[in-house]
Amino acid sequence: MSTLVRSIAGIGRRTLEGVSRMGYATRFFIAALMRSGTAFRRFGLTIREIYFSGVLSLIIILVSGLFVGMVLALQGYETLQTYGSEEVLGVLVALSLVRELGPVVAALLFASRAGSAITAEIGLMKATEQLAAMEMMAVDPVARVVAPRFWAGVISMPLLAALFSAMGILGGYLVGVVLIGVDEGSFWSQMQAKVDFEEDILNGVIKSVVFGIAVTAIALFEGYDAPPTAEGVSGATTRTVVTSSLAILALDFVLTAFMFRGVS
Amino acid sequence: MNRAMLDLWVGIFVVAGIGALMFLALKVGSMNTVDVKDSYQVTALFENIGGLKARAPVKSAGVVVGRVSSINFDDKTYEAEVTFNLDKRYSFPTDTTASILTSGLLGEQYIGLEAGGESVKLKSGDRLKLTQSAVVLENLIGQFLYSKAQEEPQKEGTANEAQ
Repeated sequence: MSTLVRSIAGIGRRTLEGVSRMGYATRFFIAALMRSGTAFRRFGLTIREIYFSGVLSLIIILVSGLFVGMVLALQGYETLQTYGSEEVLGVLVALSLVRELGPVVAALLFASRAGSAITAEIGLMKATEQLAAMEMMAVDPVARVVAPRFWAGVISMPLLAALFSAMGILGGYLVGVVLIGVDEGSFWSQMQAKVDFEEDILNGVIKSVVFGIAVTAIALFEGYDAPPTAEGVSGATTRTVVTSSLAILALDFVLTAFMFRGVS
Repeated sequence: MNRAMLDLWVGIFVVAGIGALMFLALKVGSMNTVDVKDSYQVTALFENIGGLKARAPVKSAGVVVGRVSSINFDDKTYEAEVTFNLDKRYSFPTDTTASILTSGLLGEQYIGLEAGGESVKLKSGDRLKLTQSAVVLENLIGQFLYSKAQEEPQKEGTANEAQ
């Protein structure tokens, strides 16, 4: 009897803990937004973080973009040639990259490359009591540490997604036109005819901005909330990657449902 | 990593990102495989161009010999005026027929050229007189139904006579 009661009580406790953690995360997010004046007044801080989360993610983003585009062109050609419409290969590659794969895959890579690093860094700062030391010196750690990293992530993410899409289209061009021999004029002209600037490219950029906000906010919160132990930091890093990947995919569904509702 | 290097790298990153966005927005503006200086321009009037787009290929006997450069509407004849560049290496007689064809069942549309028997060759600025419009599926179905409907009463008539 008592085990039953205890297990029910456990469910309740975990639910309450989860909800109050959610509330703490929201409070943290609002605080980071409210105190981001420093991130813009001392823009050098943000530039430093753009270097660490954006520039250092460039290689992985560019190389994966190229390969994703090349694979898309190969697979797309296989299917399209059975219908004798290889010319729309450019459209297939460009639309899938700009609408979906660019923002989503770039955000997933960003979460595992930069998000985990942010969590580990802030978690370790907390474990070694650097954050507490800052507070002792009347330096607000949220304004000094959290806000610049947040804005750096929000600025980097759309640029990385655009680079990913552009590299992917180049990869698709290399495989489709140079390797397989799809007509070059059709490849580009069909692409230009079918890809709309507002409908496709701008919506892709909006997606990547939203993903940037989600990934950096989750990474920063997990780091800030990590238990100040070695296991705590490692657990928080894992949670960052898992939670932000799930958040990206769920948000992508919601955004896609809003953006491409019955438009041709 | 000192401050100047940091600024430089972030600058490169931002410029590359904006460059990628511009590339996406403009999609490599003009990728004409037929160079303007190695080609001559010919126009043709079509009653209906269907789904023909600028930069669609111009083919003769299945070989790409040029590209459509622009499509305009002529409000005097109410026809579509298609301008296309043909490769200088290939010359066509003046009575060449231009028709709008479709590659495959659902493929893109292109201009097919069929040479005539005239000995005078086309030169830049010429206009093709013999053109054939794109086949519009709806008109085709309409014609088919119309001819079917005309056939029906005759059939009934013959059936009645037999009885």
